[in-house]
Amino acid sequence: MRAGALLMALAALAAVPAAAGAADYRPLPGGRFASVVPADGKDAPAQVAPFALRSEPVTNAEFLAFVTAHPQWRRDRVAPIFADGRYLSHWAAADALGADALPAQPVTRVSWFAAQAYCESEHARLPSWYESEMAAAADATRADARSDPAWRERILNWYSRPSNAAVARVGGDANFYGVRDLHGLVWEWVDDFGALLVASDSRDQNDPDRLKFCGAGALNLRDRDNYAVLMRVAMLSALKAADTTVNLGFRCARSTSSGNTP
Amino acid sequence: MTLVRLLAFLVIFACIAPLRAAELPGDSVYRLPVALADQDGRTFHLADRAGKPQLVSMFYTSCQYMCPLIIESLKRTQKAIAPDGQAKPAVLMVSFDAQRDVPTHLKAVFGQRKLDAATWTLAHTDAASVRQLAAVLDIQYRALPDGEFNHTSVVILLDAQGRIAARTDKMDALDADFVAAARKALAQPASN
Repeated sequence: MRAGALLMALAALAAVPAAAGAADYRPLPGGRFASVVPADGKDAPAQVAPFALRSEPVTNAEFLAFVTAHPQWRRDRVAPIFADGRYLSHWAAADALGADALPAQPVTRVSWFAAQAYCESEHARLPSWYESEMAAAADATRADARSDPAWRERILNWYSRPSNAAVARVGGDANFYGVRDLHGLVWEWVDDFGALLVASDSRDQNDPDRLKFCGAGALNLRDRDNYAVLMRVAMLSALKAADTTVNLGFRCARSTSSGNTP
Repeated sequence: MTLVRLLAFLVIFACIAPLRAAELPGDSVYRLPVALADQDGRTFHLADRAGKPQLVSMFYTSCQYMCPLIIESLKRTQKAIAPDGQAKPAVLMVSFDAQRDVPTHLKAVFGQRKLDAATWTLAHTDAASVRQLAAVLDIQYRALPDGEFNHTSVVILLDAQGRIAARTDKMDALDADFVAAARKALAQPASN
């Protein structure tokens, strides 16, 4: 009897994180990956360590729970150095979603700092560019569908949709890895968004008045036909960490091996 | 007894840290909680630098070409801001290379470059803090497979409260506007 009650109490306790919507993470194997952003700025493939990726982007409901638990990230309390003036501005209030932010819609108008803090609260981090590019290269049946013209076409169609259309709810079709909504819903932050460096033409290197880059020079983008991915690179590299936009959300990742490369 | 003292210490520590952060303006870089170690292995927090304007940049020691140039540019800028024995602004350079640029490594470069111990600090921090600090300063970088870093070369002037007062990416010659902004910031009485 007492043991039964104890078990029930334990079960209730264990159910708490689940009830709060413990996020689902899917394992990805990592490996060598031909990124549009070559690792050495020339043609080296990226080396991605095994990792786990959140199967869905973070929703308004989940982010509301986060700002409730961490009020320093409420829009009326956040330091401007960490989020711009439009941070969560589509919410009805600092602590309420309202009609323009449905619980199951992905949260948008979040800064990189806020996204990072959220992921930390889930014992996770933002995915790297390579991790997100690798996960997004899959379609429903293939780990890498990027060379399929029909796949590219479908994604480009999404990018050509007007950005003022309402954002759909999370929970689209799962891809090869069981990850959803990597295309067709929102843009997503990556941890190293500031590292993509495509804004500058590599020929600037030879301009003595603008010795801007150190190391191997600015990046040469590969696979210039893959416009959909290049658009993501261009969009992310134009951002600053406190920026928020109407259709920029995020999801989190976790390293699953000790050999965690940034 | 010792436990009580420890608890008291913890309580005081826990109270001071957020209080200090709350006093800083919302757009202060010092809002970012970053723990660093200098070339002598002394640990400090970024916000400890509040109180006086300073010059901040990011670099890595194995960089052969651009980073020595940043250091020389900073020396030149420092001299132009405070000529003829005036008090020079402090300089903080934080390394991108969390793995290799440990304090002993920084110390060697400190000596090689004949840096002024009274005003210069070369600092190490962990990879996650490097990412955050670069983000807050709007400095772009990426690690390359050969251990080098591709990065924008920027010198930033932080005012006494850690707000970005000026920035320059001009490394091959003196940036007169930047020097003027730094002089102006230094001339202001230290408030808060």
